[in-house]
Amino acid sequence: MAKKNKAPQFVESTKKFSRSKSGTAVIFIFLTLIGMFMVLPLLYVVVTAFKPLSEILAYPPKFFVRHPTLDNFVDLIEITQETWIPFERSLLNSLSLSAIGTVAYILIASMAAYPLAKNNAKYVKGLYQVVVLAILFRPEVTRTPLYILMSGLGLINTFWSLLLPAISGSFGVFLMRQFMMTIPNELIEASRIDGCSEMRIFWGMIMPLVKPAWLTLAIFTFKDLWNTGETQYIYEESMKTLTAVMQSISAAGIARAGAGAAVALIMMIPPIIVFIISQSSVIETMANTGIKD
Amino acid sequence: MDIKADTKKKYPDLAPMLNKKGNNQSGIRKWLYKQGPSLILLAPFTILFFLFTILPIIAAIVLSFTYFNMGSAPTFVGFDNYIRMFFDDQVFWIAMKNTAIFAIITGPISYMLSFFVAWLINEFPRWLRTILTMVFYLPSLAGNVYFVWTYIFSGDSVGFLNSILIKLSFIQDPIQWLTDTKYMMAVVIVVILWLSMGTGFLSFVAGLQSLKKDQFEAAAIDGIPNRFAELWYITLPQMGPQLLFGAVMQISVSFAIGYECMNLTGFPSTDYATQTLVLHILDFGGVRFEMGYACAVAVVLFALMLVMWTLINKLLSKWL
Repeated sequence: MAKKNKAPQFVESTKKFSRSKSGTAVIFIFLTLIGMFMVLPLLYVVVTAFKPLSEILAYPPKFFVRHPTLDNFVDLIEITQETWIPFERSLLNSLSLSAIGTVAYILIASMAAYPLAKNNAKYVKGLYQVVVLAILFRPEVTRTPLYILMSGLGLINTFWSLLLPAISGSFGVFLMRQFMMTIPNELIEASRIDGCSEMRIFWGMIMPLVKPAWLTLAIFTFKDLWNTGETQYIYEESMKTLTAVMQSISAAGIARAGAGAAVALIMMIPPIIVFIISQSSVIETMANTGIKD
Repeated sequence: MDIKADTKKKYPDLAPMLNKKGNNQSGIRKWLYKQGPSLILLAPFTILFFLFTILPIIAAIVLSFTYFNMGSAPTFVGFDNYIRMFFDDQVFWIAMKNTAIFAIITGPISYMLSFFVAWLINEFPRWLRTILTMVFYLPSLAGNVYFVWTYIFSGDSVGFLNSILIKLSFIQDPIQWLTDTKYMMAVVIVVILWLSMGTGFLSFVAGLQSLKKDQFEAAAIDGIPNRFAELWYITLPQMGPQLLFGAVMQISVSFAIGYECMNLTGFPSTDYATQTLVLHILDFGGVRFEMGYACAVAVVLFALMLVMWTLINKLLSKWL
């Protein structure tokens, strides 16, 4: 209470008033514990990927690697070659699926987001309501009816069966729409008065302005596609993705732990790198995700 | 009032022309001209969205009243699938129970933990906040890498957790974490909590940073007793829209849990101990090809999600 009586004009000093030292200490301990829970399993992947077999099967196991080796990566390439498909083939499948899907979805989603953000017509408002509600339904929950639909359209065992569900979700459209809402209407009005067509406004002005949003969407879409391995839609080995391969290896248990960790390491690196590069765009975009009517 | 009515009054002989259908048609043309760019921009998404997101939901509702095995045309069976599900299918109730655990217990814990952590790191300097955001988001970012937990919970004595517990003499024999029905759900819950800081967490971190500073300063001057009072009276009322978004993401994730169980404990798992509704749908839709029944289970899942969504909307309405 003494602090309160000190002149309130020193806003800087009163700001810390509600913060006790012991509270801060508790927070630090709490965050450290959760942080360790989050990071240690991933660290375990990294160190296991470089462990020789003798250390993986050692008893009692050591967390850290003593004699790092690249054997597991060589092993990974060899066992995939023998049992399933060449490793580089599934890597290529995953890469091309993720790249094509990401570009396609960013285009489709931002195109739809512009009218959803700036057109006040009734049918657009109605569509927006459906879009928000549909965020609830991920492809996992609609999978069986989707499978029936896919086989009706003859898409089973094609590239499309992995691509189409991933680029028809409403989350990305919502994300882009919320960001476009922050663009002042006056800016668009001014371009209209200058005689720009709507398409010109969209491609020339809106798209450059919402760069943080589509960078963010790129991360989310890439991450999701990179992790798809809907084995129900694809039965031909040569078309399987890296995730499907990873599942097969992990199902083989601890004997294949080295190769499993190696493929896991390869799988987690691309999304992490992309995220680190564009994390400030992500935060800027996510600040606008609040749902209000 | 408007020019049309005015013209009618002044020039009665022009009235039939103004009432003509042709005028209406040019109205549609005018509307199309005005909405054309919007319609073109909306078309690709709307077509894909209705075909691959909305149509499956409608198809599930229709097919849930049929017997359909993909081999022959669906035959109408009324409510048979639903009756069978509720009264004759014990595994369905296991799946219901597990889905409820994920939706009502694990889900809210994840949701609150995400918000709590986001709120705690909000006061740190920018560089530290960035690093911590990254650290907590890593498991979600790494995606399918959660299967590393199968090595940690591996059932033999070289499994990471078992060997530590044996070495510390907590246990004598290795525990079958992934196949013993006593532990399976607990293991899956641990992994789900590990994955809990996802999109909602990022949204909270970002939302907290864009709050208005003046209210916090005013509260500090008025002498707000502690940080929890500040959270309740100042922070939360401003966070409504973000909280609602986080809730949508959390519901969509919690009810979709299933593949995590499958990759950790196998499919089908021992005594169906980790069966969820999503896996039950997969069991009938993907393995037994009883599509009508699978769709009925899906309809129940959709209904539960909508009920949850409505409840959350009501709960958060005071902050919106």
